[in-house]
Amino acid sequence: MGASFHTALESLRTTRVWKSVLRRGPAVTSRTRSLAVSGNLLLHWIPVKVREKSLRVRATYYLGSLSLMLFIILVVTGVLLMFYYHPTAPKAYYDMKDLRFVVSNGVLVRNLHRVAAHLMVLVVFCHMFHVFYRGGYRPPHEFNWVIGVILLFLTLSLSYTGYLLPWDQLAFWAITVGTNIISAAPVIGNKVRFMVLGGHVVGENTLLRFYILHVVILPLLACLFIGVHIWRVQKDGGLTVASKDDDEQN
Amino acid sequence: MSDDKTNPAQANTDSDVSRRDFLNEITLGALGVAGLGGAALTCQFFSPKVLFEPSATFRAGNPDLYPVNSVTFLQDQLVYIVRTEAGFYAVSAVCTHLGCITQWKPEANMIVCPCHGSKFEPNGKKIGGPATNSQPHYAINLTADGELEVDKQQIIKADKALKV
Repeated sequence: MGASFHTALESLRTTRVWKSVLRRGPAVTSRTRSLAVSGNLLLHWIPVKVREKSLRVRATYYLGSLSLMLFIILVVTGVLLMFYYHPTAPKAYYDMKDLRFVVSNGVLVRNLHRVAAHLMVLVVFCHMFHVFYRGGYRPPHEFNWVIGVILLFLTLSLSYTGYLLPWDQLAFWAITVGTNIISAAPVIGNKVRFMVLGGHVVGENTLLRFYILHVVILPLLACLFIGVHIWRVQKDGGLTVASKDDDEQN
Repeated sequence: MSDDKTNPAQANTDSDVSRRDFLNEITLGALGVAGLGGAALTCQFFSPKVLFEPSATFRAGNPDLYPVNSVTFLQDQLVYIVRTEAGFYAVSAVCTHLGCITQWKPEANMIVCPCHGSKFEPNGKKIGGPATNSQPHYAINLTADGELEVDKQQIIKADKALKV
């Protein structure tokens, strides 16, 4: 059974359709395996070769991957929530209540989104502490550290814009207090706050602005920077190796 | 530029700016102007001209409604109407710290913010932080038919009272 499956797969790999999609024959040698990874749009982010040391499982090893997984969960559940949520002042609060009490499995989806958002802030901070204390910001990783700091700010912005969307008292006062911090900035503070809120107080314009930032602009930026971040992990020579290993080489 | 001088085919006797450099700089300049203009237009686009917010001017009723030496909180307007022997003040109830609604505490004779604990005198003067400023006083006047009228867009000096 296993042998015949293997033969079938081998013959599939020599067909014209397979070759037209993947543009190469079976990946049987080191070289063809490397090409199979580097020539694939989705796999080319992943290093062709990885140091065994950097794959050793440690307690903090998966923090970056966990952040990515949480981001994917947030995108999927967020898109689901969008099917029931209207970003308008009369409906937003009741849509949130409907998601909790009326929509089938709505409470599950909403809480997945909420808990994953809390966790993502936590995990991203842990990821940064881990990278910082292991010296992962040092050459050749310094550019990727900067990308990571941008991703931290994107995570916090996504978290903050999502805070307003339930449109309850907590949301209203959190955004009132938070945007008043903006107006403490000299000269342009009040003007920037006016543009962020789309008015002098948190209102209908603010809800729509925060919604668009939360579901379109910030996620697109996050996808862009996550792509660069993961791609750079490969280009900078794989995952960070412990500084102890570097000391041994020196 | 240095290439032009060494290359006789491109030698330019009148000026040392080649046609290519000139056009490049003109194009970059035009793109820069367009970029700045686009940024300015975008900023304008995001600043609404018409707002559907409540009017900043409101009537606070007959002056006789407010006894002398009293502080009255108008919840819909977020304003304290303060009446002393000197006259009427309209004091903002929005905390100057981060925009929470303050509360009048008659037993302590002060206005206190529930969010971060700023304290003010009944006339809005700051007693304790984290607020850095006293509560502003709004313009308060009498209408032709003898009612109090407050304009929240006009901030007046704290010692200016309306005598009735």
